[in-house]
Amino acid sequence: MTAAVGKQEWRIDALAILAIIVLGAFYALWGAAHATDRAFAIQMWTALAAFLFGGAMLIGSVVRPNPADRESRYENGVIKAGVIASMFWGIAGFLVGVIIAAQLALPNIFYFEDFGWLNFGRLRPLHTNAVIFAFGGNVLIATSFYVVQRTCRARLAGGLWSWFVFWGFQLVIVLAGTGYLLGITQGREYAELPWYTDIWLTIVWVAYLLVFLGTIWKRQEKHIYVANWFYLAFIVTIAMLHIVNNLAVPVSFSGWFSYSLFSGVQDALTQWWYGHNAVGFFLTAGFLGIMYYFIPKQADRPVYSYRLSIIHFWALIFLYIWAGPHHLHYTALPQWAQSLGATFSIMLWMPSWGGMINGLMTLSGAWDKLRTDPVLRMLVVSVAFYGMSTFEGPVMSIRAVNSLSHYTDWTIGHVHSGALGWVAFVSFGALYCLTMWLWKKRQVSHALVEWHFWLSTLGIVLYITSMWVAGIMQGLMWRAYNEFGFLEYSFVETVEAMHPYYLIRALGGVLFLVGALIMAYNLWRTATGKDPAVERAADVPAQAVAAE
Amino acid sequence: MWKFHKWFERHTLILLVGILVVVSIGGLVQITPLFFIESTIERVQGVRPYTPLELAGREIYIREGCYTCHSQMIRPLRDEVERYGHYSLAAESMYDHPFQWGSKRTGPDLARVGGRYSDEWHRAHLADPRSVVPESVMPPYAFLANADVNASLMPDHLRANRLLSVPYTDEQLANAAIDARAQAEPMGEHAYDFQERYPDALVRDFDGDPGRVTEMDALIAYLQMLGTGVDFETYQAEAPENQR
Repeated sequence: MTAAVGKQEWRIDALAILAIIVLGAFYALWGAAHATDRAFAIQMWTALAAFLFGGAMLIGSVVRPNPADRESRYENGVIKAGVIASMFWGIAGFLVGVIIAAQLALPNIFYFEDFGWLNFGRLRPLHTNAVIFAFGGNVLIATSFYVVQRTCRARLAGGLWSWFVFWGFQLVIVLAGTGYLLGITQGREYAELPWYTDIWLTIVWVAYLLVFLGTIWKRQEKHIYVANWFYLAFIVTIAMLHIVNNLAVPVSFSGWFSYSLFSGVQDALTQWWYGHNAVGFFLTAGFLGIMYYFIPKQADRPVYSYRLSIIHFWALIFLYIWAGPHHLHYTALPQWAQSLGATFSIMLWMPSWGGMINGLMTLSGAWDKLRTDPVLRMLVVSVAFYGMSTFEGPVMSIRAVNSLSHYTDWTIGHVHSGALGWVAFVSFGALYCLTMWLWKKRQVSHALVEWHFWLSTLGIVLYITSMWVAGIMQGLMWRAYNEFGFLEYSFVETVEAMHPYYLIRALGGVLFLVGALIMAYNLWRTATGKDPAVERAADVPAQAVAAE
Repeated sequence: MWKFHKWFERHTLILLVGILVVVSIGGLVQITPLFFIESTIERVQGVRPYTPLELAGREIYIREGCYTCHSQMIRPLRDEVERYGHYSLAAESMYDHPFQWGSKRTGPDLARVGGRYSDEWHRAHLADPRSVVPESVMPPYAFLANADVNASLMPDHLRANRLLSVPYTDEQLANAAIDARAQAEPMGEHAYDFQERYPDALVRDFDGDPGRVTEMDALIAYLQMLGTGVDFETYQAEAPENQR
């Protein structure tokens, strides 16, 4: 690409992004002036500050472009920023998790009458959104930008648009997080974002899709690498789910509250169609994309089976969408829908394990590396946790099991075996790799990775075992009858029985948080250290492709 | 078969369209029929739209994230029906935008909490849960008693609901701001008119603070009507139109 062409392409990006920023800033100013409530006004002032900051950064990069950036083969700056943001939001999200675990374990200490905005009901969405979307989302954006460039041998498409995606997504996070503390929520699990943040996220997400697709279009490889199928399915499906589930009528364009388009039973199924596929596509398909690049790369082995990856890809994305109704067993949702959801949830076990097998067997011939490379071990253990929680999920979707497990802490334990064991561990592995590869340093400290690995693993084990016991106990106590045929326990007795398990769970969370802090220190030391880089053989994993 | 797949691997658009088709099917098959199959929502008597004050209370319920610990969905299981009352019907949440069925019971189900405790109990419990239930892990909500309900916004709330086919009358719409206060002022000048407009609603000074209409009024008004609408004397669970 010649310098002249490059310059022109860049100017168009800058102008288009500037237009979005200016429109956003005007709306924020108007909203702040006409706000129907204080919380919305604070949100709009925050957005205005962000747009002004974004505008200043944009003008700065136009006036003083960094030539080194533009001449390098791949766009790496935005990925480095993503690594830092991932680590930051990860620790923030884990910390809020520890706080709300402590609130349930020791309510007399961790609730403050004068600080209603620190109550469990407001912090819980903050925790779930911070770990899923802020931490997980940043990891997905950063790794997908890294992987798509290497596997397509092409620089990120769209020039500055990738930076728009990064900063636009950070704005979503800031508006979401401060909004939850202010009590701004839609009251839909994992879709708590208010209508205006939903619209902003849609704009950012479309830009993300176009940057990703554009890079694939520019590729110098015949085949689209398997990791990119998963990333693409994740981006496209999340767009679909997000738009449909958030259809709503705002009470006012200068207030935060809105009424969802659907109500009652239809709304419930729409929400859990979204909710379960936030798990299926955000927390599974996207992270399988990570697995398909980072495990073969770090193990230096080709992906185990190309055909298995084809079968499990299409089966996984087809079946997942049907699984939502298992969140609504025995509810007022018609039974045909419940049965359909449970059936597909059980079938889903197979493609899930297809992915696990493909990930684990990639280690064939390199199993010895698990002893010497703790980063690879983290990646591989994440796949083992993936296998475990995708077995537990179908079991819990069986009606008889669900009648016991639903509404209890068993569900919370199940979520965390997937979220901590699979999503966080595979992310940690990828972040260690990216730090070593992007900052061109020799190694992260293996001793510190060992500490991180074992503390976190112990934390996860404490978390999920305590929640198994708590959840099953809760479910059995609710349905226990005494010899006279009356309910044996009042509800509050079941709350009291949870106390020791809530303490153990909080301890598990603390261990996991400490592990993440050790990791942050390790990454910082690696990135700022003086160790020289080690040349890597190739950026593209050895690929198993069908014989033609 | 494997050779056929190279079309997806080599053409971005084909891959994109393939993904879109495959991920659309499940939702279309499961969700769209719920809007057309008539038996999805039972035919019942007694479910009415929320009064403006209850609607304001519901906004507080959503704002404070009550759904993160309380369900509003009683399952047709023996222990639940004995503990909480008749299992929940789809009809009971047909005006709920969004639904608040919940997914976790750190605290008990609230689908039929209406009328189960006194207003005084709710006030004490919301302000300091452990003063009433020592083992509770619920956060304190004393601040609700100090925040006034912004009644002037209620016409917009009702209008948004009517846009979504919640059957508010013109009269209810026109008087939404007045009604939001009237429901908590039984001695006030509009109490009678309010009861004409919402015959089944409770008119009480829910928060025990006669001078003001606070968020505590709104939330308790909402809690006290939960699950009280359907007349289960006349509801026929075994009737063919209610079989699902």
